[in-house]
Amino acid sequence: MTRLIVVRLLFGALTLWAVSLVVFAATQALPGDAAQLILGRDATPERLEALRDQLNLHEPVAVQYMQWLQGILQGDLGNSFSNGLPVAEYLRSSVQSSLALMGLAALVATPVSLFIGAFSALRRDRSFDHASSMGTLVVASIPEFVVGILLILALGPGGLGLFPSVYAREGGPEQWILPVLTLALAVAPPIVRMMRATMIEVLESEYVQQARLKGVSERTVLWRHAAPNAIGPVAQVIALQLAWLAGGVVAIEFLFNFPGVGKDLMDAIENRDVPLIQAVVLLIAGIYILVNLIADVIGLAANPKVRVANR
Amino acid sequence: MTENEHTENTDTGSAATGGAARSGEAVLVVDGLTVIGRPSDVEIISGVSITVKRGEILGLVGESGSGKTTLGLSLLAHCKRATEITGGQVRVGGQDLAGLDEKGVRRLRGRAVAYIPQSPASALNPALRLGVQLREALHDDSLSEQDVLGRVREVLREVALPDDDAFLRRYPHQLSGGQQQRVAIAMAFVGRPEVIVLDEPTTGLDVTTQAHVLETIRAMTRDYGTAGVYISHDMAVVADLADEIAVMYQGEVVERGRAAEVLSDPRHAYTRKLLLAVPLLRTSGHEEAEPEEEPLLRVSGLTAGYGRTKVLEGIDVSVSRGECVALLGESGSGKTTLSRSVAGLHHQFTGEVLFDGDRLATSSYRRTAAQRRRVQYVFQNPYEALNPRKRVREQILGPYRHLVGRPEDPDAVVAESLERAALPASYADRFPEQLSGGERQRVCIARAVATDPALLVCDEITSALDVSVQAEIVKLLHGLQEQGMALLFVTHNIALVSNIADRVAILNKGEIVEYGPVGQVMSAPEHEYTRALIADTPDFELSFPGAQERLGLAEEERAVEG
Repeated sequence: MTRLIVVRLLFGALTLWAVSLVVFAATQALPGDAAQLILGRDATPERLEALRDQLNLHEPVAVQYMQWLQGILQGDLGNSFSNGLPVAEYLRSSVQSSLALMGLAALVATPVSLFIGAFSALRRDRSFDHASSMGTLVVASIPEFVVGILLILALGPGGLGLFPSVYAREGGPEQWILPVLTLALAVAPPIVRMMRATMIEVLESEYVQQARLKGVSERTVLWRHAAPNAIGPVAQVIALQLAWLAGGVVAIEFLFNFPGVGKDLMDAIENRDVPLIQAVVLLIAGIYILVNLIADVIGLAANPKVRVANR
Repeated sequence: MTENEHTENTDTGSAATGGAARSGEAVLVVDGLTVIGRPSDVEIISGVSITVKRGEILGLVGESGSGKTTLGLSLLAHCKRATEITGGQVRVGGQDLAGLDEKGVRRLRGRAVAYIPQSPASALNPALRLGVQLREALHDDSLSEQDVLGRVREVLREVALPDDDAFLRRYPHQLSGGQQQRVAIAMAFVGRPEVIVLDEPTTGLDVTTQAHVLETIRAMTRDYGTAGVYISHDMAVVADLADEIAVMYQGEVVERGRAAEVLSDPRHAYTRKLLLAVPLLRTSGHEEAEPEEEPLLRVSGLTAGYGRTKVLEGIDVSVSRGECVALLGESGSGKTTLSRSVAGLHHQFTGEVLFDGDRLATSSYRRTAAQRRRVQYVFQNPYEALNPRKRVREQILGPYRHLVGRPEDPDAVVAESLERAALPASYADRFPEQLSGGERQRVCIARAVATDPALLVCDEITSALDVSVQAEIVKLLHGLQEQGMALLFVTHNIALVSNIADRVAILNKGEIVEYGPVGQVMSAPEHEYTRALIADTPDFELSFPGAQERLGLAEEERAVEG
């Protein structure tokens, strides 16, 4: 199994490298060059030339890419164009906030969806099952920022007035609730549906029937016999959903004015702050790859055939 | 007690309460059991009554759809989705399972009544170690960890499996099919149940493993004094194993009696039909094989595999015109790969395949239309081999148009093909779902013969069908053979081979271990593997009036052919 994980890791690194190529190529395709972007339209040709020398813009593109990549590998993401701060320093606090937001959303969404999915499977074709499948379908078909707006209207100051709708630096922890809830609702439906489908399949299997015929209690049947066999396929969907969070967080942060990477990305795009854009996109891609890698490892670990074969 | 409620079954009732000797005591008494399907309220089994004595085995025989599996599960008060026990009793050692609540039933399962599944490969949980699964049946709180483990080891030794910790830590996929079935048997016996239900437990096993497993089952029921209910469609196995036989037909027990009596004097017409349908393993009385002329198909030095795995090695087989050659082997012996190579469906092979003097390309794409037309294939499972969205007519005309050309009179082509497969021409307008399993397989045969092939490759074409249907299909193949068609008949059933083949090639682990005229191979097998196959195949003689029809099926056909 170690070998399989190493192979997966290598593929992850390869994907990340491919992403870096695309990101670099995309910034190259922008009109004008970095010096023009930094200095603006009114810059004199002399100052532009001087800055181009400073930024090594006269080197061939391949060399520029190698220098950029080398910098990244050493943890140097370059300096922000707009305020001159090192990108890493500039992003630190917002990355922490965003990761906390995503982590909270994942912590809320995953167990609740798994539970609802499993319970729907047990109560197949009964009222709980119908309600949950209807609910997930409705939530899944509404875009997440609309979900967010609806939540604000219902629970925010205009509605029940339970939680603030906009993040403020001096606010308390209650202002986290609506963004977390919105993200959780956005990722939950596919997990619920997959868990339900997988559990139904597993509960109908002969080994579950055999466990019941042995006189094993219903709880043991569910958690010892059924759940481990459902984990593999469901983990894949959970990973896809949590990875989606990395990108989905952008719109939600904008909606709630939450100071995270999403908002930074919006600002960076507005200011044409290329190093910042590059860093944020790489970060989002990195999270995507990491989460999928973890899901692969869980899927492999849940399968005794793989686990035992490579000892 | 309640036995007076069903006055027509007083015989079973008194057997339960008559405190007879330990061996003669009835442990399982089923009385008027009825199971219905929801929401249609159709009775799946209706008013079934059976009794099984301590240490005896009742063979419950019936074809698919007869309700035998439903009955088997209801003996543990288990109902599949959308079914329900609506009447009757299941008394195990005096307690009525059908009347208990869920908790009471759960307490008795595994301890009073246990179940051995049809396919251990899917009934053992792939994610749990064997030790965990074996211990579970002993769900009494009274037993200590140490006692439970000791009991598990004891029962593993009894089924001739290792009992060490390393074995208990294994997962099901690390065992062979035979070992998995032994684990399932151990799992059932670990709680020393009074009654054990066996649902076709040897279906997926080869005959040698089957013989071992059956022997284990017999010894265990005798030693434990357990009453066994052995569910099967295979009369030969039941005749070999059971003390009593109950025959199920459309949800009812139509005949019930001591095994010897049922076999020698079947009362019900359906029982007779079932018995006659089982091919007898003929080891003598075969015609002399004709000397081989220039064969239609000659396979020489064929070696095939999948990727780096070799499946077949150095295969030499030939089929003459109008001859039936059987490829006999267990699952995994490579027999299907060989037939697929001949048909051009499997490409990864080296060696020579000569058809009518010409060399066949490995891939069917590179064979000429005439070559493809003259070699046709009938698949194992007729439920998957027919396109569910097309009518029979389209299924038959499809290959015809492709290989022969647009027919002048399509109706005539369809009608003639159906007739050769012994189906009425009116079937042309049906969809596959409107056909029974046997009829589907006939349509597959009709589709194959529509292009007038010279060689028909039949890959286990009867194994997905009930035994009574199997006999009819075999008869049909005989008819085709008489019309001059050559057959390459792939099967694992040696009794079938002894009845229909002219020559037989016995495949073991990718090599032909014995090859020759069927009479010679059956009467004087040279290879050890062949001898084991013949010895391990369950068989029985029939003596009731009309029983010669079963033997006659083969003799008659053979006489015409010679």
